[in-house]
Amino acid sequence: MEFAELIKTPRVDGVVLHRPFMPTVEGTLCLTGHHLILSSRQDNTEELWLLHANIDSTEKRFVGSLGTIIVKCKDLRVIQLDIPGMEECLNIASSIEALSTLDSVSLMYPFFYRPLFEVIEDGWQLFVPEEAFKDLESMTDEWRLSEVNKDFSVCPSYPSLLTVPKDIDDESLCKAASFRHGGRFPVLSYYHKKNGMVMMRAAQPLTGTNGRRCKEDEKLINATLCAGKRGYIIDTRTIAVAQQAKARGGGFEQEANYPQWRRIHKAIERSNVLQESLIKLVEACNDQSHSMDRWLSKLEASNWQSNVKEILTTACLAAQCIDREGASVLVHGTEGTDSTLQVTSLAQIILDPACRTIRGFEALIEREWLQAGHPFHQRCAQSAYSNGKPRSEAPVFLLFLDCVWQILRQFPCSFQFNENFLIMLFEHAYASQFSTFLGNSVAERVKLLLSQKTVSLWSWVNRPQELERFLNPLYEPNNLVIWPSVAPQSLLLWEGVFLRWNRSTKCLDEAYQEMAHIIEYNKELQNKVNSLRRQLAQLETEDSPLQTP
Amino acid sequence: MEHIRTPKVEQVKLLDRFSNKSVIGTLHLTATHLIFVESNSTSAQEIWILHHHIASVEKLSLTTSGCPLLIQCRNFRLVHFVIPRERDCHDIYSSLLRLLRPVSYDELYAFSYNPKQNDQQREEGWQLIDLAAEFERMGVPCDQWQLTDVNREYKRLPPNICIGLVKSVVPHLLCFYNVLRGGKRLYLFVSCLQAAVCRCSQPLSGFSARCLEDEHMLQAISKANHNSRYVYVMDTRPKLNALANRAAGKGYENEDNYSNIRFQFVGIENIHVMRGSLQKLLEVVGTRSLSMTDYLVGLENSGWLRHIKAIMDAAIFLAKAVTVEGASVLVHCSDGWDRTAQVCALGSLLMDPYYRTIKGFMVLIEKDWISFGHKFADRCDQLDPDPKEVSPIFTQFLECVWQLTEQFPQAFEFSEWFLIQIHEHVHSCQFGNFLGNSQRQREVLQLKERTYSLWAHLLSEKQNYLNPVYSPSFAESHPVLEPSTQACHFKFWRNMYHQYDRSMHPRQSILKQVLTFKESNRELEGTVQALKTKLQKFGVSTSPLKPQTPPRERSLPPRPQSLILGAPLLSRKEVQQEEDEEVFGEEAREDAPASTDGERTVEGSSATENGYGELTGSFGSKNEPAVVTLEFGVARMTC
Repeated sequence: MEFAELIKTPRVDGVVLHRPFMPTVEGTLCLTGHHLILSSRQDNTEELWLLHANIDSTEKRFVGSLGTIIVKCKDLRVIQLDIPGMEECLNIASSIEALSTLDSVSLMYPFFYRPLFEVIEDGWQLFVPEEAFKDLESMTDEWRLSEVNKDFSVCPSYPSLLTVPKDIDDESLCKAASFRHGGRFPVLSYYHKKNGMVMMRAAQPLTGTNGRRCKEDEKLINATLCAGKRGYIIDTRTIAVAQQAKARGGGFEQEANYPQWRRIHKAIERSNVLQESLIKLVEACNDQSHSMDRWLSKLEASNWQSNVKEILTTACLAAQCIDREGASVLVHGTEGTDSTLQVTSLAQIILDPACRTIRGFEALIEREWLQAGHPFHQRCAQSAYSNGKPRSEAPVFLLFLDCVWQILRQFPCSFQFNENFLIMLFEHAYASQFSTFLGNSVAERVKLLLSQKTVSLWSWVNRPQELERFLNPLYEPNNLVIWPSVAPQSLLLWEGVFLRWNRSTKCLDEAYQEMAHIIEYNKELQNKVNSLRRQLAQLETEDSPLQTP
Repeated sequence: MEHIRTPKVEQVKLLDRFSNKSVIGTLHLTATHLIFVESNSTSAQEIWILHHHIASVEKLSLTTSGCPLLIQCRNFRLVHFVIPRERDCHDIYSSLLRLLRPVSYDELYAFSYNPKQNDQQREEGWQLIDLAAEFERMGVPCDQWQLTDVNREYKRLPPNICIGLVKSVVPHLLCFYNVLRGGKRLYLFVSCLQAAVCRCSQPLSGFSARCLEDEHMLQAISKANHNSRYVYVMDTRPKLNALANRAAGKGYENEDNYSNIRFQFVGIENIHVMRGSLQKLLEVVGTRSLSMTDYLVGLENSGWLRHIKAIMDAAIFLAKAVTVEGASVLVHCSDGWDRTAQVCALGSLLMDPYYRTIKGFMVLIEKDWISFGHKFADRCDQLDPDPKEVSPIFTQFLECVWQLTEQFPQAFEFSEWFLIQIHEHVHSCQFGNFLGNSQRQREVLQLKERTYSLWAHLLSEKQNYLNPVYSPSFAESHPVLEPSTQACHFKFWRNMYHQYDRSMHPRQSILKQVLTFKESNRELEGTVQALKTKLQKFGVSTSPLKPQTPPRERSLPPRPQSLILGAPLLSRKEVQQEEDEEVFGEEAREDAPASTDGERTVEGSSATENGYGELTGSFGSKNEPAVVTLEFGVARMTC
């Protein structure tokens, strides 16, 4: 097996582990093909199991013969390992380095992971497009499921089944696809049951400098408008960026060719800018020596909160167009795989109560992120501590989760899941024993035979034992549209992720437990009262005939 | 009454602070309140503004729709009226100008406020918080400390009192004592370790003056504590300020003259800096369509959180000196009633769990703020309009406490509503507690005879201020709180500085929800008990049960629905109505078909109010739609 070649020293004794807010642990360090394990001999509870895939970068230092490796993880944790012996330390460091940067997908842990639990409900079968379409069919007959992308040839980043307007045939779809970046022609993202308005997403049209047009594309998106109705095209780029895109063959819809559509430009940053933003933010959060002024100025300079605000505002705008204006919406940026998905998925959380349940949110991620072709493998290859040249890494998904958290904070009783659920998704998107977030598109996942060879994250999460941790005790189903505030004073830094490792959460956790306990106790009491009342009523009816005679 | 020229103006428009929306209503001017009643009969909103709360009234230049009147309140409410006729506007304006500047204490609301209590109830209210009992609780007098009434007539140490003294100090020394100390007060706190926290004002040392009595006094404080050979002397000012004071014959202790002290500056800025800082903060957060960058830069430039952190750092230093080193600490600033009060009060809160209870917190304020002469009248601008004396010193203390409640959610018996309510009444002049500048003045005003106590009022509504996750056992595991003072753990207190800007608040409140559950639990426990007693009469039965849906009763005491606390309590029916508006869970339970949701629109969620109408209007125009502004700050729930 190849891993053995990479592991120069599989095992070192007397290694000391330092973690923030936890006692130091001394024990034996073991390297396996996928894990870094530290177990203390005396006490088996103190064990560290770290996936190599979770390691973002390492640093090594020497003081005499004592080597120190600082391991920085993709979940933003930083740990320190003191390893006696220079050679051992060097060996361990280079092994970790090699194992954590394996390029081949097929060597990833999910292909080797065997679940210790019985898979009752296979996550791979949970969210298939056919099922989602059945729901849609019950509401409207304007749409059909097209197999035009069956072999992923029309659009490599789309799934094989796509929901498109009923009146548009597959041939037109192919033509429209040739007019859109990456073949991502407009498809249905969300149907608003209340007023029949829809949200579609696509990639930028390839108008180029000479203003190419495509009748099929125009027909396709016009087909989604009712007679006399108009729609909005939300371009996630500024007008200047969209103009520049023309020079590279991209562009935007000209009003003259799309007279029924009104275009709105927003300013969501491109992925490389977002990566920069994350790095700066995490750096600011990890430096504990900051004065107040320096902290605030670094937080500002990272621009992270600005990005959150911009994305959330754009999503609110899309939701507002649909719900308040009664207009259909088409969302796109450049490639339609990043900012577009942030906007369409957040808008659905605002509009659709179903997306605020655990199953619904899972379905949303499956639909709007995984099947919609967000390149998870590329975007999550590195996190905030990457010191190499950034390729196409970007915290697009993390920003989405941050925005969801912001809405959750403002509507703490409207979500079935809690903050831990979002943090768990963040962790698994970057490193996981499950393969849900592997690959960049459905096509790649099919090719890797993930559903046969690996376990889906959903198979694990949806087990009742696991779900318990993620349930929001305050949840009360709420059928309403939830409009969050996007004022800067209302948006907070997501401490649960960014300050997670440099604060002690014991007090906060205990308070959360207490809250959950109060609510749990309430349910118990309700049940008790109900059963006692019934019992009493029963006795009274039995008793009364005896008394009357 | 003679100041009110126009008691009622109709068709007044109230503009929202952060959006384009507005409501029409009637403005009433009474002797104590300015009241706005919305005309819309279905959801008539009422705003009651106490005259004492108004910090400034501004008449803006005439517009086509009328004459705008901008009113800024000390409880961070900002209202913007547009009055159709200029004459009316001017009348209201000039009446308010007169009404919000009372010229004598007798004009304050506290002297006319009557909550329908008899004299006995009022007296009982004043007796709720008893400082003598508090000193007893602290273990004073004891073998090392005695109480003295040397300041009995507020002569020697005007205008404040002096309660505790080291026994070994010969009383006559005190006569000299006030020669040296500018603000003339000394006080103690005794912890179980026998370490004391003492407070005073700066010494009148100048460049070289000495006072043997003062040195003797510090020696005595040191000797009274057997755990430590030295006393910390904390000068809460920045060193530069202390140096500057030397030129005026004041200054700080020279370590050479005091053999047993450890001297430390902690660098909290003075009242003028704090006033400016809050002003800057409010300017920033009051900006419409504020960008994230401007917000964070503004937050930084205001320095507000920096000051909060400085106070917290000082209090932690104090707590550590006492609890870890077992040393006594003497705290002072210039006068000894601002920064000293902040640091001593906050330090006590960190060290003693008692002060984290509702009653204990009242005692703490009574002790460290009221009795030791924090100049509430000047700092909160109650009477004498000297703008240079106004400063949010007490507000900062409350905010520090709030920051602690965020880090230790189970440590405090009260929630932030309690803090906000206290802040409200420090400025309202509705109760006697905070009137005047010193204990002596309060006695002269006969406040206990003529006004009511806030503490009694707050205790009567205690239910509303409870922290549902408070755990008394937390105090056992954490007798001393050790908060993190990393900059990133300090937050902007939105619920204080935006307490009236409801569009900024979370739309569902965890606090309210959990409180409701907790109250419901108590009721249900009662019900279970009652049912069990009834069942006992029948004996136990296990017969099959008929389905019966029990009526879900929830009769709760009125809770502050909004944080509009100055308004009189709403009747049960009104509360219910408002709850229907706010508690979305309730709405959802109605199972209304989704299609009707849209019709049940409330303010702020329709297109025009979001500034979206302009967008529809220009549809089809040839202009490139480059900028679309959308004010989502006002978007509300569709219900």
